[in-house]
Amino acid sequence: MPFHQTTLPNGLQVIAELNDRAHSVAAGFFVKAGSRDESSEVAGVSHFLEHMTFKGTDRRDALAVNRDFDRVGAKHNAQTSEEDTFYHVTCLPEYLPASFDVLSDILRPSLRDEDFETEKQVIVEEIRMYLDNPMSVAYEAAKTAHYGGHPLGNSILGTVESITAMSAPQMRDYFDRRYSPANIVLAFAGKGQWQPLLDLAEKHCGHWKGGPASRQAVPAHGSGAFRAILRAEDQQQTVVGVADGPPLESPDRYAAHLLATILGDHTGSRLYWALIDPGHADGAELSYQDYNQSGAFFTFLSCEPDSTRVNLERVADVYRGLMSEGPTEEELVQAKNKVLARSVLRSERPMGRLASLGFHWMYHRAYISVEQELEAFGRVTSDDIRRLLGEWPLWPMTIVSVGPTTEIQPPA
Amino acid sequence: MTEAHSPPTTIQQHVFPNGLVLLAEAMPGVQSAAFTMLMPAGAAYEAADGLNLPGGAATMTAEWITRGAGDRDSRELLTALDNLGVSHAESAQTLHTSIAAATLGRNLEPALELFADMVLRPHLDEEEVEPIRALCAQNLRSLEDDPGSKVIYELRRRHFPDPWGRPSPGSPEGVASLTPADLQRFWETTYRPNGAILGVAGAIDWPRLRDAVGRLFGEWSPRPDPRIQERPAGPTRDHILRETQQIQIALARPAATVDSPDYYAARAAVAILGGYSSARLFTEVREKRGLCYSVYASYEGHRERGALLCYAGTSADRAQQTLDVMLAEIDRLGRDGVDLEELQTMRAGLKSSLIMAQESSMSRSGALASDWYFLGRVRSLDEIAEALDALTPEEVSRYAASLTGPEGLTIVTLGPNALRTTSA
Repeated sequence: MPFHQTTLPNGLQVIAELNDRAHSVAAGFFVKAGSRDESSEVAGVSHFLEHMTFKGTDRRDALAVNRDFDRVGAKHNAQTSEEDTFYHVTCLPEYLPASFDVLSDILRPSLRDEDFETEKQVIVEEIRMYLDNPMSVAYEAAKTAHYGGHPLGNSILGTVESITAMSAPQMRDYFDRRYSPANIVLAFAGKGQWQPLLDLAEKHCGHWKGGPASRQAVPAHGSGAFRAILRAEDQQQTVVGVADGPPLESPDRYAAHLLATILGDHTGSRLYWALIDPGHADGAELSYQDYNQSGAFFTFLSCEPDSTRVNLERVADVYRGLMSEGPTEEELVQAKNKVLARSVLRSERPMGRLASLGFHWMYHRAYISVEQELEAFGRVTSDDIRRLLGEWPLWPMTIVSVGPTTEIQPPA
Repeated sequence: MTEAHSPPTTIQQHVFPNGLVLLAEAMPGVQSAAFTMLMPAGAAYEAADGLNLPGGAATMTAEWITRGAGDRDSRELLTALDNLGVSHAESAQTLHTSIAAATLGRNLEPALELFADMVLRPHLDEEEVEPIRALCAQNLRSLEDDPGSKVIYELRRRHFPDPWGRPSPGSPEGVASLTPADLQRFWETTYRPNGAILGVAGAIDWPRLRDAVGRLFGEWSPRPDPRIQERPAGPTRDHILRETQQIQIALARPAATVDSPDYYAARAAVAILGGYSSARLFTEVREKRGLCYSVYASYEGHRERGALLCYAGTSADRAQQTLDVMLAEIDRLGRDGVDLEELQTMRAGLKSSLIMAQESSMSRSGALASDWYFLGRVRSLDEIAEALDALTPEEVSRYAASLTGPEGLTIVTLGPNALRTTSA
């Protein structure tokens, strides 16, 4: 699949991976602006700003934004993480000019006062929705416990208090600092040709202004703390564990993904056989999350409150077992086969390619094809995984437990 | 948007002597292949005459068949699937037990061999039942901790005549009491080729696939169709007390079936009400009033009935207004109808989805199987596009008028306090 890239004079990076066999085309703006870039006075501003972009521009009010996407059948959305805000649209190729007109327009939002106050209520409802979800509560609390004062521990949504207290000028100031073209990558994937895509980018984004943006990405080291939070109304106990892992800059991230697959994939992994198959828990997974200059292995556990302690010991046994002996060759091959097939399936849709393409360019300034990515996974050896575990032990880890019991001790 | 641009595809079909229906679509340009198998073995069939099993049998059986089959024990079976790179899910819903799987095209046939073992030759080892019981009991407890999912199960249970709204996760009492013999009877009665549909899409070779499926599933013997007696459900207004942050609001009312001449008008009306971000519910409830984060309308079809479902979740102090606006929007849709621009927007969205589904072997395999279930045939993309193009605002407006009024309306709320359920 042909790949193209350029930088517009204002600093906006534009990339495209073209696939003539696709039926659709996906476009996305990757803004390096997430909760780790926020001060505590504006906790949640990145995510709130993501909502506000859809509330309108000088050319469109909120209803027009939604209407102009929908009337060409474009599928659009956005998401905010600790590190990035990602705006995307997928549509049929002939409607890309119309869809991209809207998507690029909302990256220069009006941020009107009255919309700001209405949308505050929506954000507060989103926060309350997640407060009714034990896994979300445990995940947020685990990040806070693990990272302490490091910005990676910041909440993405913020709190009801921080959102209520936020002012529109504070958001405008944040926008001016983070949404400058040099801090954004524009990516296209799917059916299309480079020159018309580049023309679209220049026409709609060439006039964007803004200076350089910076982020102090200081490597984070977790606390290994233990916390038990009471939620008397829950039926199940929900536990999230966090251990440090390799950062996204590290070539070890491929080994880290395979390690997480071997240990904690939702099916056929060591945690699956130790906890799910015997019916000890209804959820037991491990996943690897890479961050700018940091990385983390997240453990997720859901089980009956009374069996939390013994289940945590089972998790510890699984992790210690792999740390002392490493993976078998069979399970490494099995994990590679899983990763390969999932990667091929995902990449058959332009939207499935867009995210990995854009994030990779943002942090590595490099293109990696599906084939190259699969080769990188293929090269990982069991010795790589042993070395990785030596450098980034999975146990002990930060543990946060949420649910009806606080009578839990972390395993020694 | 007027052109459908659907790429030419060929849909093949074959009905085996035992009743199993095989549908296949070769998709140019994909390396993957996916299949969806629907068996008439959903939770509703727990209530079949002669079975009368409590809730949970379908889900426990769907888990049981994965725990060893053919020559492989539980671990060998899952490992073999992993080595073929198969993403798979075996699950019971209300109507069907389904197996959905996707992998590289070259691994399709060996994967089908493993699933044929699961369906035809599961070990059904009694020792596995206690772990399955523990797992399913915990899944039910987790569902109690998930108010958004819980309220939809409770809505469907009250809205559809029993057992067609049975929650597939079952009940705590059912999961606690079902015996291995009960599950064995459920498997023997409901896992059958007559009524089963296998949809396959992606990188496939039709003659080879047809022969392989014939070889793998040909000896599956048909069984009598189970008889099910319908009973009225209800109540049509209910509140479930929970000390949650938000109140969950869910409502349902009857809508046209998939085989009805009104089907496309019904789908259009539901989409215009709440199917996308410029649809009426999102606009009126969220964008204009800021009342909630999540609000939508969707269509649910069974063969004999269809329904409009609406959902919103919001804080106690905004919940009454949210419900009032939702009901008022359904009324307005029926009273004032839809305009041409709304109809065109709805059309553009559905057509885009259809064409983009051509990039996913998984979604095409599911569409093939469900079309056959509803219609006894597979619709081409052109047929769907033409039916959408033929819709007029008058026709959709006329249909929307039938969605209003209190008859047939079910409203279920979950949270700290109940709401008034009549239109303001």
